[in-house]
Amino acid sequence: MNDLFLQVLLLADSTLRLATPLVLAALAGLFSERSGVVNIALEGKMLGGAFAAAAAAQLTGSAFAGLFAAIGFAVFLALVHGFASITNRGDQVVSGMALNIMVAGLGPTLADAWFGQAGRIPVTAEGARFRPLTLPFAEEIREVPVIGPIYAELLSGHNILVYLALLAVPLVAWVLYRSRFGLRLRAVGESPEAVDTAGISVAWMRYRALIVAGVLTGIAGAYLSVAQNASFLRDMTAGKGYLALAALIFGKWRPLPALLACLLFAFADAVQARLQGVEVPLVGTIPTEAIQAIPYLLTILLLAGFVGRAVAPKAIGQPYVKER
Amino acid sequence: MGAEAAAAGVDETPAVELRGICKSFGPVQANREVDLAVAAGTIHGIVGENGAGKSTLMNILYGFYQPDAGRILVDGRPRRIRSPLDAIRAGIGMVHQHFMLVEPFTVLENLLLGAEGGFTLEAGIARARREIEAIERDYGLEVDLDAVVRDLPVGVQQRVEILKALFRGAHILVLDEPTGVLTPQEADHLFRILENLREQGRTVVLITHKLREIMAVTDHVSVMRGGRMVAHRRTSETSTEELAELMVGRKVLLRVEKGPARPGEPVLEVAGLEVRDDFDVPRVRDVSFTVRAGEILGIAGVAGNGQSELLEALAGIRRPSRGRILLRGRPVEDAARARARRLGHVPEDRLRMGLVRSFTAWENAILGYQRLAGYLRGGFLRRRRMIAGCVDWMERYDVRPRDPFLHAADFSGGNQQKLVLARELEHDPDLLLVGQPTRGVDIGAIEFIHRRLVAMRDAGKAILLVSVELEEVMSLADRILVMFDGRIMGEMAAEEAEERRLGLLMAGVTAEAG
Ligand SMILES: Nc1ncnc2c1ncn2[C@@H]1O[C@H](COP(=O)(O)OP(=O)(O)OP(=O)(O)O)[C@@H](O)[C@H]1O
Ligand SMILES: [Mg+2]
Repeated sequence: MNDLFLQVLLLADSTLRLATPLVLAALAGLFSERSGVVNIALEGKMLGGAFAAAAAAQLTGSAFAGLFAAIGFAVFLALVHGFASITNRGDQVVSGMALNIMVAGLGPTLADAWFGQAGRIPVTAEGARFRPLTLPFAEEIREVPVIGPIYAELLSGHNILVYLALLAVPLVAWVLYRSRFGLRLRAVGESPEAVDTAGISVAWMRYRALIVAGVLTGIAGAYLSVAQNASFLRDMTAGKGYLALAALIFGKWRPLPALLACLLFAFADAVQARLQGVEVPLVGTIPTEAIQAIPYLLTILLLAGFVGRAVAPKAIGQPYVKER
Repeated sequence: MGAEAAAAGVDETPAVELRGICKSFGPVQANREVDLAVAAGTIHGIVGENGAGKSTLMNILYGFYQPDAGRILVDGRPRRIRSPLDAIRAGIGMVHQHFMLVEPFTVLENLLLGAEGGFTLEAGIARARREIEAIERDYGLEVDLDAVVRDLPVGVQQRVEILKALFRGAHILVLDEPTGVLTPQEADHLFRILENLREQGRTVVLITHKLREIMAVTDHVSVMRGGRMVAHRRTSETSTEELAELMVGRKVLLRVEKGPARPGEPVLEVAGLEVRDDFDVPRVRDVSFTVRAGEILGIAGVAGNGQSELLEALAGIRRPSRGRILLRGRPVEDAARARARRLGHVPEDRLRMGLVRSFTAWENAILGYQRLAGYLRGGFLRRRRMIAGCVDWMERYDVRPRDPFLHAADFSGGNQQKLVLARELEHDPDLLLVGQPTRGVDIGAIEFIHRRLVAMRDAGKAILLVSVELEEVMSLADRILVMFDGRIMGEMAAEEAEERRLGLLMAGVTAEAG
């Protein structure tokens, strides 16, 4: 077995793991932003999901209970966001930021009160985590050259949420371009008046988009605390919500390009993890902080230089007001 | 209220009846106790000044706005219309003053929106294609279903709006100022469609400022003023003069009075100009002319023959691909610098290019001129002075309501137009480029704007007037150029211009050929 090939496979494997929450959050952002609601709150909703998942999973010992709690809490946050920005026509970014800050404080505080572990929730109960699944025949074909390792190392051995995230992309694309909901979603972010005069409720469309986004961010949060890791930690999203938003913009609000952007960011993250502690000729060890900055620098570079003109949905960011 | 209907000469059950409709937006009373009865199978016109409340009334009928008081009856039965969906179910369709289309969508997607007929689009698309082709055939409404709406000319976009209403089964169709953006040819086409609809037993409500059109196609006409319904007439029993007087509340001069021009120095010189559009297609070809101080040069032509691109190039918004534009002997570089050199520009598409809809009236009234010395003190805007100026202009241009703090989006269509005109005319330019000066404004305001333009000319300003209204060009301009397919087809002095010859030139027929 070629050593370099294995290295590449392992890198791709961790790219996939790191991309999962980004993909889910970017798709969540896609629903809400296509409907005209800027979703800066992806970060907070994901963090809220991670918190709820860890707490519920630890208490019940069921990963699925954790998942549903995460979805429930993230949807609740989405409804709060909607109530502020759709029903009361508040500023979408301000209310979204408020949610982020609230969740960032609330999570550790409650965790502290309930579990007494300095803002942490360890997920140690039996069955409380999503375990890696081994795809059929993974072990049998491991020895087949090229295809074998790809199947066994890269495709097999992830938890169910990783597969869910990957399947979500074509599903979302289908909904967006081929379904009634998708048609109305695309329309309401471009021209809410046209949707209104066509006899469709703008507010209800936007609420539905936010609810779907809530479900997806909840799954992303659960992935962080009860699948990828085994605990809820203070600020454990670490900007992934914003990164997902950047990927969405980089992908011009389309599912497939957004997926590719997420993979790119995740790849940068995976490389960053590999580079830590590695001796570089002449320079010596690069400081960890500099290496950790790589994905964020990449984001800035891509958004600033390479996206070209990203044309956002026209009505994005504006509450729908027809009479004052 | 029944008496009201009888007075309008309606004898059978009206298709639509509005009773005692009231609506206010904050302090603005847009509709007060409005009654209206529209007989089935007729074309019913509604006229009134800008801000009289016509659009508001029709938006209430369509469920887009909720009335504060009043009842709506459709086919004699009371109906609760609380949303556009209720209106659509009651068989009402509406083509709005500002189109309600999703621009990046195809025509078909726009038609499907709200009438998809199932969770997936597949089945709906097949059905829509079939039904729409039938409607297109019946009413002569040809549209390419797969074209993207953004790329379509306004006339076609309007047909999409009509198709949308018919596809959803409207038997009562409301059109809010449909001809404001159409060329005369397109307007004629539209009227044939409306007459077709009437023949098939449908009912049409038509809002327009053009009294000629009211006389030509409607059966009945209702007049609104200051939020009230002030008169109903049978079209056959009234005249443009009477309607004009009913609308404005005084006699209106429908003709422009002006003396001979005294042209002076050349202000604008254009030579060998070629301008390409966004798709790199030449839209203005080899155009040369001069505008002198103290004259109005009119450019006539059917819309879409390069006038828009010409205006944009002259204003410094679009870079010409060839040729020269000299303003007082020096080339025009860009819009900001041209403005500083006293060039005023009233863009044709004022709503898109002339206003920021989310800005207040006073902010819009100085937009582009904010760097003028009079507006600044130590780098800060002199708010109070700007607001006072805006109030003064609102008074003179009769912008209603006279509230400088109202957002541009909350003014009626015609009042938005007046704001832009006031800004460009009152900053006293040496050269004024004005596209479609009276599009969408009421006849009272037309009279005022025409007089104002003539006064500016007499004060020694150079004016370039682009209009698709032949009548307007003929009555205002001192010299007339006719544009066709990007070229100047001919020039004549206003005195020797006659409608027939201009019409031929506008159609691209030159004297030699004719
Ligand atoms: N959404 C709104 N918010 C606040 N005020 C409004 C709104 N829409 C209309 N108005 C006000 O209501 C009044 C009536 O407006 P409306 O649009 O019905 O006039 P209109 O008769 O259609 O005029 P035009 O011929 O200029 O289109 C105006 O004074 C306008 O400023
Ligand atoms: Mg109107």
